[in-house]
Amino acid sequence: MTALTATPITAHAAPARSFAGGLAAFARREFRDAIASRWFLLYTVAFTVLAVGVSFLSLSGVGSHGFAGFGRTAAGLLNLIMLVVPLMALTAGAGAIAGERERGTLIYLLAQPVSRTQVILGKYAGLATALVCSLCIGFGVSAGVLAWRTGGVGIASYAMLVAFTALLALAMLSVGVLISVVSRRSAVATGIALFVWLALVFVSDLGLMASSILFRLRVQEIFGLAILNPMQSFKMAVIVNMNASLDVLGPVGAYASFTLGRALPWILAATVAAWAVLPLALATILFARRNSP
Amino acid sequence: MITATNITKKFGRITAVSNVSFELADGASLALWGSNGAGKTTLIRCILGVCRFRGRASIGGIDVRRRGRHARALVGYVPQELAFHDDVRLASAMTFFAGLRRATPATAARSLAAVGLTGHERKRVRDLSGGMKQRLALAIALLSDPPLIVLDEPTSNLDAAGRGEVVHTLRALKQAGKTLIFASHRPDEVISLADRVLVLERGHIERDTTPAELWPTEKPVQVVRLHLVMASEADAAETLRRAGHAVHLNGDGLCVAVARDRKAEPISTLARHSIEVRDIEVLDDVRFPEVQP
Repeated sequence: MTALTATPITAHAAPARSFAGGLAAFARREFRDAIASRWFLLYTVAFTVLAVGVSFLSLSGVGSHGFAGFGRTAAGLLNLIMLVVPLMALTAGAGAIAGERERGTLIYLLAQPVSRTQVILGKYAGLATALVCSLCIGFGVSAGVLAWRTGGVGIASYAMLVAFTALLALAMLSVGVLISVVSRRSAVATGIALFVWLALVFVSDLGLMASSILFRLRVQEIFGLAILNPMQSFKMAVIVNMNASLDVLGPVGAYASFTLGRALPWILAATVAAWAVLPLALATILFARRNSP
Repeated sequence: MITATNITKKFGRITAVSNVSFELADGASLALWGSNGAGKTTLIRCILGVCRFRGRASIGGIDVRRRGRHARALVGYVPQELAFHDDVRLASAMTFFAGLRRATPATAARSLAAVGLTGHERKRVRDLSGGMKQRLALAIALLSDPPLIVLDEPTSNLDAAGRGEVVHTLRALKQAGKTLIFASHRPDEVISLADRVLVLERGHIERDTTPAELWPTEKPVQVVRLHLVMASEADAAETLRRAGHAVHLNGDGLCVAVARDRKAEPISTLARHSIEVRDIEVLDDVRFPEVQP
């Protein structure tokens, strides 16, 4: 029964995989799980159908020869994106950690030769790739319809819309993952994610309007508060990118165009990018410091 | 060498593990013994570095808190019940964990073969029986041929045949020189596998002892093999265990560890429960015989 020679327990016996390698393994698994899931299929189909629908509606007003078809469609898609994409990303992120915790699979994953940072960043990377793929399918089909009917007029602004949308998706996914880390159950995480979605899409606008009246906010303060909401930053960035004047947004837009000039799109993009980085960083720190899985 | 020094783990006001210290040499096997809530699982999680705790634990000189990823690379972990995504196919699960553990597909195939799961690669995890899931967990644990195997009540959800298979595999691993740390409620497993026993009670170490000292009536012990009607073997095994006997059911009768001067005791115990014994065989080996799967 006693072993003739014990296997020595030394660091050379079974070296751990590199940080990037472990992260990539989680990202691949998360991507595979995401694209095989119903939510991915549902969101992708819904977004594609809506995007194509908006494309046809945009074209119907200008005839088959099309006038700046991509640009008009981009403007038409803006409100759709602001509703659908944050919902997709927030709910996807909300299930990332809380779901594993609830199923009891998180403890088993953490018992493998991986760090918590690898787990959370790998899951984020996999979900982010799946989300961007889903968006690209929707935008791609829509772009195909537009190219077939109008040629390539305005395609640059359309491409920028896709890039900004991907950035918004990453930002909302980051918020979703943060919610997931602090939630014990996936149902709670999804509930909080839906509340955040409602707050960002609807309540923040109303709150800003009320605050500006109640506190007699100055125009620069209103602009500062507005761009704190990543949706507003995204909306303004897309409008600026379409070479439209922010005057359509009233005095605040005019103020932003006048004072920030060419730096405005960069500031807006940086704001959305900060929403992609900071919640994820906070989620990573909180996850690493959790007392138990 | 595995070293644990003053490990203390609290969940709020509840102290799950309190000042637990021990050392375990390479190639040795340690059983964690105690009632439910004694702190066995929490201690295992501390040793694996998957939860925060006070004190110090190291595996092969690697601090599990500071360099947990590298320490866990030396460990194969088998949970009480494999918790993994139910939809995943067995081959896909193996590929994922092989990726985390720097194992090749060929190694993954060998690990599956070693636990008798070759041919089941297309099955989904949810379609595996409890015993097959446990063997899958063992295959994953052995992927990188780690020198230390940590098991948390690995047979508690298995039937007699499944238990026999797992114990047989663990005995082979021990003979191959692996170091084992395992939690168990079963005296037969502890007698069969452990060199040392840590008796835990309410998070404290009550005794650091050996199986023979823990069950003195079995020292000196003999193993008797009882031959019964096949259908009554499982009931007989449970009856004897409830009566405090260490029992091993291996498909070729029921092996019971008994004191040398009380060899008839299991027979009278079974008679009281109307279970007929057809034949009895006294084995010379003090230890339990190898189990034939």
